This record gives sequence, C-alpha cells and structure tokens, in this order.
Amino acid sequence: MSVLGSLWPFVRLGLTDVWRHKTRSFLTMLGMVFGVGSVIAMLAVGEGASQQALEAIKRLGSQNIMVMSVKPTSEERGNSGSQRGQLAVYGIKYDDETRIRETVPGVVMTVPARMTRRNARLGERQLELRVVETIPAWFDVVQRPVLAGRVLTEHDMRERANVCVLTEHGVRRLLAAEEMIGQRIRIASGLFEVVGIVKNETGGTVRAPDSEADAYIPIITGTKLFGEANIRYSAGGMEGERVELSQIIVKMKDTAAVEPGSKAIEALLARFHKKVDYKIDVPLTLLREAERTKRTYNIVLGAIAGISLLVGGIGIMNIMLASVTERTKEIGIRRAIGARRSRIVIQFLINTCVLSIGGGIVGLLVGLAIPLLITLFTAMPTVVQPYSLVLAFGISVGIGIVFGLYPAMRAAALDPIEALRHE
Amino acid sequence: MIVRGTEPPRPRADEVVRLDGVKRHYLVGDEVVRALDGVSFSIRRGSYWAIMGPSGSGKSTMLNILGCLDRPTEGAYWLNGGNVADMDDDELSDHRLRNLGFVFQSFHLIPQLTVCENIEVPMLYLGLGQSERRHKAESLAERVGIAHRLRHLPSELSGGQRQRVAVARALANDPAVLLADEPTGNLDSATSVQIMALFQELYEQGKTVIVVTHESDIAAYAKACVVLKDGLVQSVREGVS
Repeated sequence: MSVLGSLWPFVRLGLTDVWRHKTRSFLTMLGMVFGVGSVIAMLAVGEGASQQALEAIKRLGSQNIMVMSVKPTSEERGNSGSQRGQLAVYGIKYDDETRIRETVPGVVMTVPARMTRRNARLGERQLELRVVETIPAWFDVVQRPVLAGRVLTEHDMRERANVCVLTEHGVRRLLAAEEMIGQRIRIASGLFEVVGIVKNETGGTVRAPDSEADAYIPIITGTKLFGEANIRYSAGGMEGERVELSQIIVKMKDTAAVEPGSKAIEALLARFHKKVDYKIDVPLTLLREAERTKRTYNIVLGAIAGISLLVGGIGIMNIMLASVTERTKEIGIRRAIGARRSRIVIQFLINTCVLSIGGGIVGLLVGLAIPLLITLFTAMPTVVQPYSLVLAFGISVGIGIVFGLYPAMRAAALDPIEALRHE
Repeated sequence: MIVRGTEPPRPRADEVVRLDGVKRHYLVGDEVVRALDGVSFSIRRGSYWAIMGPSGSGKSTMLNILGCLDRPTEGAYWLNGGNVADMDDDELSDHRLRNLGFVFQSFHLIPQLTVCENIEVPMLYLGLGQSERRHKAESLAERVGIAHRLRHLPSELSGGQRQRVAVARALANDPAVLLADEPTGNLDSATSVQIMALFQELYEQGKTVIVVTHESDIAAYAKACVVLKDGLVQSVREGVS
C-alpha cells in the first residue's frame, strides 16, 4: 500500500480540523503568512536593489578606472588661496592624462572630461545646463543608448565644431517638445547645433559621472570657447574655479590589470600633486563591495524574516498544544485500538503541517503581491527569485515539523488508560 | 505462586486467553496497592465470558490487563499465543491492533469522523487500502445493523446506534477477542437487550466475547463467569451452555 494512501486520511483529518476551528486556524496561520510573505518580499526587494546597483556598476565598466578632480579640503588648500572672488586652481590636468596613458602598463585608452554648468538658452527658455565636455571615445567607454541622431565624432573634434548631444533629461529641461535634432541652442557664448539625443542613466546607488548631465559637447570646442575656468557669478560676487579636467576614465586591457593599474595611477598622481585634489574610483572594487553589501543585506533581511517565522512557529506550537489537550480522549481511543506512538506523532505532525503549509501558501501569494505593489508605487525594482518560492515552501514544512514535534510527542507520550478516562 | 527461574507453562492451542498468577501492584505514596494479587484462569476460543466484581475488586485493572493497555507486575498473560508481560510499548500496540476489539461503556467514537470513518480506523492502522477499508466497513455496518447511518457523525446517532458502531469498529480487525467494558452502562434497558443480543449473535458466529460488568443480569448473558474480589478470583462458573 502506498505511503500517500495511508497518510491521506490524516491529511483530511487535519484539513477538517482546520476547518472546524476556522477563526483559530486563521489567526494561527497569520503568523506563517507574514513570516513567509516577508521572506519572499524581502528577498525580492533586496535582490532588486542589489541588481540595480550591480547593473549601474557594470555600466561604469569593470575594466575602467575613474580618476576625478576633487576640491581639496580648506586646510590642504594652504596659501594657493581661494578666498572669495579668487579663482581656485586644483585638480587633474592634461599632463596627468598623458602620463597615465604613456606610463601605466595595461592602459588601452584614456577619456578626459570636464563637467561644467553653463547658462543656456533655447528660444525664450533660459536655464543652467550641466555640460559634459569630452571626446567621442566617452561613448565607447560609458554606454549610452542613442535615441536620435548621433553622438560626438572625431570629425567634430577636428573641426572644433559647435555641436552638442543632449540627454533625454536635458531635452526635458529645455521643454523642447518638437524635434530637437538640427536646432540650435545657445550655451554660454556659443551657439550649438543639436546632433543627437542619448538616454540618461536612471537611479541607483552608484552613479556614473554623467548621470545627471544635460548635454555633451566636444572638449576642444569647450576649451576654445570657454577656456578652463568655470566662473559663476552670485550675489556675493564672483566664485570660480579653474579645473583642467574633472574626470579621466582610464580603460584597462582587462579586469586583471585594473588593480595594479589603479595603484600605479595613485603613485603617479601622488608624485605630481602636492595636495590630494584627486580621487580614484575603481568600479570593480565597487562591484566587489556591492556584492559584499548584498550578502550582508541578505543576512540581515534573512534574520528579520527568520524571527517572524519563529514567532509564527511558536504560535502554531501553542495552538497544537491546546489541540493535544482537547483531543486527549481521541488519542486514548486511537492508542487503545492499537495505534503505535509513532502513528500519533505522525498524525499531529501532519495536522501542524496542514496549518503551516496553508499559512505558507497564503504567505507565498502575499510575498508575490508585496513586491508588485512596491514596484507599482515606488518604482523600486524588485526581483522575485524562483528559489525563494521553493525556500518558502520548504520553510513552511520545516516550521510545521519543528514546532509540531513537541506537541506531537506530548500527545504520543500520554498513557492510553489516563487518556481514555479524560473528559 | 510463580517460582522464579522456571518458564510459565505455554497455553494450549485452544486457550485464547490464559492468565498465570497475574499480579498488578501500584505504588501510591509509600503504600503498595495490590489491585490484582495472583489471578489465574483461562478462556477457550469461541466462548462467551463475563468478568464480574464490585467496585474495588480489581475489575478495572483486570480490564486494562486483558486489553493490553497495562502489563502485569508479575505473572504471565497470554493472549492469542503472545505473552503480554514481555512486550514493549510498540509490541503491545501491535498486539492490541491484531488481537483485540474494544467496546467501551461510553462508546468512545471519534467525534469528528463519520460512522464509516470510525469503523475504518483499525483498518487504517493495519494498512488496508482505501477501497478495501470502505468495502469492509460497509459490510460490518450491515452486520451490526447500522448501514443506513454510514455518512452520519456520532453526535447524530442515538446511544444504541453509537454502541453498534463501536461494535462494528471492534470487529474491523477480526480480533481474537472482543472485549467489552460495561457495554450497556450508558444505555436504557430496551437498547441494552438489543446490544446484548448482538453479542450473543457474534458469539454464535464463533467470536470469543469477554464482557466486564458489575451487573449480574448482563453477566447472565455469558456462558461462563469469573468473579473477582479484592484482587483475587473469588469463583469461576463455567460451562452453562
């Protein structure tokens, strides 16, 4: 005879028992519902967040090294001075780029860029645009899907052409509803023809250097028209800084070259810069860190979900203990008829599992619904992992067995004579 | 008295029940209560016995021992060829399952199961398949005259009907002994007569029936009788039929 056939009457008994105590069973199951639901939902949210972060880092390129200019802290600024009204001079230079390209082993390409804010005008609309002055190779190193037109070219560089590529974001800020390609916008003192529109990078904890850019122009055109100073006039007077390059993206030949490369760049810059007015970011390291963070994240979330499952399990155990007392006589009858202790244990375990699996299934649905709602209302990405569903089911069965065992053993340990006499 | 070191004599093949100097002592506080203090008798296959005695005579202890729910402190109890005194809990359970059919004073049906499911319980533990269980339960219900109530719950039945279900359940494992404990204690006299007639019928079909009771008119249905008093056999009346 099949094992399933001999268990089925007990499963049915468990189901009828659950049905007979609807309210009690429902309340007991709630613990499991929330426990299992939170496991799935938390894993989905955690996975969504980390996948987004990893995605962003990967887009920065795992074989790239980012070298950035940073304003030195006031103590370090020393007597080179940047009181109000004066020009702060700091940061990485073209010379640094050349040195890196020519001396650091394993460098494939270096891409310089200058991030500035320039007043711009399109028709009646006037606003400050965030402009990235760079070379065409930028678009090889940082992937930006082209929505219309083209990106910058070597031809633009040779011609020192007054052309610009807008981002989706920039287009929106300029309120340019009509076709933008071919239109001219004024950026500071120059008139630029829009040649292309690219997609922005969206959200995420790790940002690309151009994540909030509005426009790209050839760096050579920028130097020709604006020089290297970025001067802003404010109520107090003039505030400005002179930064040759805001950023160099160094592309290495492979990921193995990244770490020694970043050390070499660090040493190189330290030799030529008196102050620490630069910063080196390695996406690969960030990637590793993000993966570590993800692990920590999962452990914390897992612990929280584990606690709620524990609470759910204790609730079930509590109810099962009550049920054992309630059914003492039935246990006595079954034992008198000739049921071994182990059969009583199995009967009560099945009963507990019916409760925990029932709660687990509802919890599964809740766990699927919560990430959907989160994504719907907060636009936060969530990824329900198929394994988490299997995990949730496994957990329900596990909880049923672990927390059902004690009440079941208590039931089986009853003396049949005493149990029969119980009223 | 059992002489230690010697094996008690094995029962003859036709002795379905045999007790040799069965003692059952309890320790209550510091005091030893001798509920049974050396009881010996044997019951032949296919006979109809009553076990009588006033309360405090050791009747309940006798029932527990005969029903393999308890083991003798001393002495041997053979039921259908197996010595209960040597068995562990699982063996005792299996022995009950294969050899005994219980009928209780207060029926002891499982309230959340239907009549049919109650009758099926022993077969479930014996490992019978679903269709076989169903089929046998139906024929047993037929035999005790409760076939029209198979889908009902015990709470929907009268006392007499419940006891019929209990008898059907007790027969479900084809037991060597049908053991009834005050089977009419919760029934009115008319119903009692019907239930006792059912036992008579089963006896005539060849079942071994043991009824434990304190009522002499119930004991009168049996063909033989053991009377207990103060944990000892006071008298044995045999061979009326």
